[in-house]
Amino acid sequence: MAIHLKEETEAFSRWRMPALRFRRRLIVPVAAGLCLAALVVMAVFAPYLAPHDPLAMLPAQRLKPASEMFPLGTDAFGRDLLSRIIYGARVSLIVGIGAALISIAIGLPLGLLAGFFRILDGILMRIMDGIMAIPSVLLAIAIVTLSGVSIWTVMIAITIPEIPKLVRLARSVVLSAREEPYVEAAISVGSSMPKIMWRHLMPNTLAPLIVLGTYICASAILTEAILSFLGAGLGTETPSWGNVIAEGRVYFQINPGLIFWPGLFLSLCILSINLIGDAARDLLDPRLAKRSRL
Amino acid sequence: MLSYILRRILAAIPVMGVVALFVFLLLRITPGDPAAIIAGDMATPEQLERIRASLGLNQPITVQFFTWIGQLLSGDLGTSLISQTPVTTLIGQRLEPTLSLALVAITLSILIAVPAGVMAAWRHGGFIDNLVMSGSVLGFSIPVFVIGYMLIQLFAIDLGLFPVQGFRSIFSGIGPFAERIVLPAFTLSTIYIALIARMTRASMLDVLGEDYIRTARAKGLTERLVLFRHALRNAAVPILTVIGTGFAFMISGVVVTESVFNLPGLGRLTVDAILARDYPVIQGLILLTSFIYVAVNLLIDLSYAFLDPRIRY
Repeated sequence: MAIHLKEETEAFSRWRMPALRFRRRLIVPVAAGLCLAALVVMAVFAPYLAPHDPLAMLPAQRLKPASEMFPLGTDAFGRDLLSRIIYGARVSLIVGIGAALISIAIGLPLGLLAGFFRILDGILMRIMDGIMAIPSVLLAIAIVTLSGVSIWTVMIAITIPEIPKLVRLARSVVLSAREEPYVEAAISVGSSMPKIMWRHLMPNTLAPLIVLGTYICASAILTEAILSFLGAGLGTETPSWGNVIAEGRVYFQINPGLIFWPGLFLSLCILSINLIGDAARDLLDPRLAKRSRL
Repeated sequence: MLSYILRRILAAIPVMGVVALFVFLLLRITPGDPAAIIAGDMATPEQLERIRASLGLNQPITVQFFTWIGQLLSGDLGTSLISQTPVTTLIGQRLEPTLSLALVAITLSILIAVPAGVMAAWRHGGFIDNLVMSGSVLGFSIPVFVIGYMLIQLFAIDLGLFPVQGFRSIFSGIGPFAERIVLPAFTLSTIYIALIARMTRASMLDVLGEDYIRTARAKGLTERLVLFRHALRNAAVPILTVIGTGFAFMISGVVVTESVFNLPGLGRLTVDAILARDYPVIQGLILLTSFIYVAVNLLIDLSYAFLDPRIRY
């Protein structure tokens, strides 16, 4: 009976404790999740939510303060600021999610290969060190300058500097996992290389990959805003938070809202993704929680 | 010791080589015709040909590569397509504001972040700790330019404490220099402060649990001596590492901050080059900043040897 009880308490502590801890820490990530969900809804249903056409210029309504008709006022061309911000969420979220997915699709296989084949490792990691040494914003600027501006080139330009982070992560996971008995066992029963990588090594990378993916998403949104702000991003016929801010700069002293409102949405978006990433990290890998992220 | 230094220097060379190769290939393997994109829609065939020639694109690729590397090694970063001035000259003209901004920002970051991180670790879980941790999440999440405009609005426009924008050389007097550099330097340092404070805290937390800290306390040393002489010195290596890797944020931050505060530095040069699609200038800036990044990290690697005798193997 006593043994039975002990088993029960062990089962209890094993399954319930993380759940309890999870609940106590839930407030911040849930708030962040709701905030992000609201931004996603805003992006998806932009045509229904925006009170005006984000591109319609009303010369008579230039630089108007907030009013019932224009809840956040208008910009220098008489376009509704709120509508431009609502549509701007689309660019940021597409670029953020796209960059995270593409960098995983390229970085994960490269990292698995580097971790598994020693010959590849040296060359591949030197290349990654080199790419990491190039400042990401400048690299993205160069790529956009060379291949012209479109949502695809911007996304790719932002993704390339992020890939080395993923390769390094996947490689380090494989390096520690390949010495495990189950991998040795798989090799000794003659499993094929692709099968070992896919079935045995890849699942190990999932948890840290999700965490890094969220950080990459946040960092890509930030880089896109910086590119647009500097004039290397999408043209203003596609409103994005970055280029709305860039256009507002000249009129900053007349109407600071032209910078603060898009800036607020941009910051909230990056903040919620970062907080979700932190929560995922603490939940999925307590060891990672101790280390600082980079 | 000497062999450690030599090995680190040798290890930095291939990294620069990969950077150079990558930048070289970027122009050559970009799909489409980069010359046509740089020239714009209105370009005549002669203009296109001129751009191709000045980028060196009309020779066999191996010849291109060796001429290019040769030029790089002799310190030639190419010539601007617009002003026909050597890129090195353009960079030289714009170096001072950027250097002033970066140096003030780095000093400011370390002076704020390290004590903040130490205090947070010292009173782990307390008020200061929570403040530092939530502050660093915010620092990571609010874009540099948003912070910049918030500071301008608050301190320059509402309170009138500083000029809104502009730059004065330090040689024209410390007062005018300082009042124009404070806001941009603080703007630039926010993300760096967040990064360093976080790492200082984590590294100090590891060290504070060690036996020698208990010994130091037991022999009656003041907390300040324990924290800053015994603990911080041992926690220094990861902090220095993050100062080095975080230098990348500094470089992109400089471009944005200069743009917000209208400083005539390398950031302005970058923005002008973007608008004019002046690729050689962008390429030169990439090579220069990557070189600085590698050099800074090399210096930091070398400083480990002085800080931690165990590394001098």
